[in-house]
Amino acid sequence: MSEALVGPLRLLRTRTYVWAAGGIVLLAVPFYLDRFWLQAGLFAMAAAIGAIGINLLTGSTGQLSMGHAFFLAVGAYGYCVFASESGDGLTGLGLPTWLAAVLAVLVSGLAGGLFSPIAGRLRGAYLGIATLALIFIGQHVLFNARDLTGGFNGRDVPPLSLFGLTFDDSEVVVAAVPFGSAEKLWYAGLVLLLGCGLFARGVLRSRPGRAMNAIRDHRIAAGVIGVPVARYRAAVFVLSSMYAGLAGVLLALVFQRTVPDYFGITLSLEYLAMIVIGGLGSVSGAVVGAVFVSFLPQLLTRYSDALPLVSAPGTGGIAPGEASRYLYGAAVVAVVLFLPGGLVRMAAGRRVRTDQGEKR
Amino acid sequence: MSTFAELFLNGISMGSVYALIALGFVVIFRATEVVNFAHASLLLAGGYVTATLHDDLGFWPALLVGIAGAAIVGAAVEFLVMRRYRGSDHSVLAIVTIGVDILLTTELTRRIGTDVLTLGDPWGDSVLTIGPISLAHTRIAAFVAAALLITAFLLAFRYTSWGVAMRAAAESPETAALMGVRLGRVSLGAWAVAGGLAAVAALFLTVFPTPGLERATSLAALKAFPAAILGGLDSTTGALVGGLLVGVTESLATGYQSELTFLGRGLGDLAPYLVMTAILLIRPAGLFGTKELARV
Repeated sequence: MSEALVGPLRLLRTRTYVWAAGGIVLLAVPFYLDRFWLQAGLFAMAAAIGAIGINLLTGSTGQLSMGHAFFLAVGAYGYCVFASESGDGLTGLGLPTWLAAVLAVLVSGLAGGLFSPIAGRLRGAYLGIATLALIFIGQHVLFNARDLTGGFNGRDVPPLSLFGLTFDDSEVVVAAVPFGSAEKLWYAGLVLLLGCGLFARGVLRSRPGRAMNAIRDHRIAAGVIGVPVARYRAAVFVLSSMYAGLAGVLLALVFQRTVPDYFGITLSLEYLAMIVIGGLGSVSGAVVGAVFVSFLPQLLTRYSDALPLVSAPGTGGIAPGEASRYLYGAAVVAVVLFLPGGLVRMAAGRRVRTDQGEKR
Repeated sequence: MSTFAELFLNGISMGSVYALIALGFVVIFRATEVVNFAHASLLLAGGYVTATLHDDLGFWPALLVGIAGAAIVGAAVEFLVMRRYRGSDHSVLAIVTIGVDILLTTELTRRIGTDVLTLGDPWGDSVLTIGPISLAHTRIAAFVAAALLITAFLLAFRYTSWGVAMRAAAESPETAALMGVRLGRVSLGAWAVAGGLAAVAALFLTVFPTPGLERATSLAALKAFPAAILGGLDSTTGALVGGLLVGVTESLATGYQSELTFLGRGLGDLAPYLVMTAILLIRPAGLFGTKELARV
C-alpha cells in the first residue's frame, strides 16, 4: 500500500515544485523583460481569462458561441463609459475606476443574461449562428452609438487606480527597475488570471461542473436526473460573458484605447481556436491555447526578419498576422483530427490518466 | 409605392442569391450533419478563380472554371479533412470547418489584398426600366440564374439516383450504407455541389451595383447563415424561404434607411440577423426545420 502511495505523492510534490518555479518566474518577469514582452504577456493573460470563459460555455457545456467578441467589447467599452469623465461629445460617468471595472464585468454578465432566452433554448449550430448575430449587433452599436463608444475612432481608456496605486505610465522605481503601466498591470493580470482560473476550476470540479458536462454529453438525460437544464445553460452563458467582460476590461487597459474593428468576427474565431487547440473543457487547456494563439502573431512580428517566408506587412510576402492565422487555422484542424483533447492532453498524458481515475 | 416595388424586387433577387448559398449549406448539413462554417470561403474561392481568369478566357469559360474550382475546393476539404475525422461528434466537425475557414479566408484575402476585382460579367451597369420601376440587368440575371439552378437542383434531388442516395443518407446513414449507398461519395458530392452553387452566388454578390470582389465579400456571404438557420437547417424549402426573407429584409432596411436614422447607419447589414433572432425566439428549429426527437 505504502509503495503504491509513493508514486502519486512524488508526482504531487513535483507538481508543487513546477507550480512554485513557474510562479516565481512569472513574478520576476517585469524586472527582466522589456515592454514588448510584457505587453505580449498581458494580451495572453487577457485572452486566457476570456478563453476560460468560453471554454466553460463551449467546452464544458457544449454550447457553441461565436459571439464572444461582443462580450469582450461590452466589457472594454463598459469600463470606458463608467470610468471616463464626460467631454468631447462622449458620455462618461466618471466613477472610481475599480468600481467601473466591476460594473463593466457585471454589465457584460447582464448582456449575457439578456441573450439567455435564446441561449437557453437553442442548440448546436443554431446557437452558434444566433450568437453570430451578436457580433453584427455589436459592430453596429459600436459604430453608431457615438456618444458611448466614440464611433469609428474608438475612445481612450482611463488608467485603473486601486488603493491609491494608479496603473499608468507615471514611473515608480522598484529595485532599480522603472515600473510603467505594463509592469504594474502585469501583476494585476496575474492576480486576475489566477483568481479566474481557480474559480473556473472550482466550478468545473464541483456540482455545477458535473451538471454542465452532463448537459453537454446528454441534455435530455441530464434533465431526467434532475439538472435544471435551461437554467444552467443560461447561467453558464452569463458566467462566460462575465469572464469575457473581464478580459475586455484588461485588454482595454493594456491597449489604452478601444477601437470597434478589433471586436469583429475574427476575434471570436480566435477564441474558439484557442480552446480547441488548448483542450476543450479544461482551465489549463484554455490558458495554453490562449498563450499559443495570442503569442504567435507577436513572436512572428518580432522575428519576421529572421524567419523564412514571413515578411513585414505590405512587402508582398506573407505578413506576420497572416502567417499566424495560417498556423492556428492549421493547428485547429490538426488538433481535432489527430490530437483529440488538445495540447494539454498531449503534454500530460500520464497525469490526465490519474485525474480521470479520480473522477470515476 | 414604386420605391417599395423596386426595393422589393431587388430584395427578391438578392434573396435568391442568398438562397443559393444557403441551399449548399443545407445540402452539406443533410448529407453529413456537419454545419459548414467554411462556406463563405468556398464562395470567395469561386469568385477569385473567376476574377483572375476572365481576362484570359473570357467571362463564360472563366465562370465555368470558377464553379469547377469551388467545387474542387469543396470536395478537397471533404476528402482531405472531414473524411479523416474518426469520431462521431458532429459539433467537433463544425469547429474543424472553422479552422478550414480561417485557412482558406486568410489565403484568399491575402491574394485579393486591398484590390477590388471585377468578374468581367456581360451585364455591366445597364438598367431595365418598366414604368416607374427600374431594375439593374444584373439583378434580373441573378434571379433567373438562381431560379434555374434551384429548380434543377430540387428536381435532381427528387428524381435522380444521386438525389435519392443523398436523401437516404440524410434519413439514416447506416441503412443507406447497408443498401449500397456509398456515403463517402454522397458527402463528396454534397461538398462539391455546395461549392459550385457558392461560386455562382459569388458572381452575383460582386456584380453591379456592388463594386466587385473584395475582402468584405465573405462578410456578405455570411448573410446566408441566418438564411439557412431561419428556414431550418435541414430543409431545402427553408433555405429558399430563408434566403428570400433575408434578401427582402436587407433590401427594405437599406432602402428606407433614411427614415430609420435613429437606428444608426448600415442597418441593412444588421436586419437579417435581427429577423433571424426574432424567428428563432418563436421557433427554435427554424421555420421549416424538423424538431429533433431524441431517445434517452
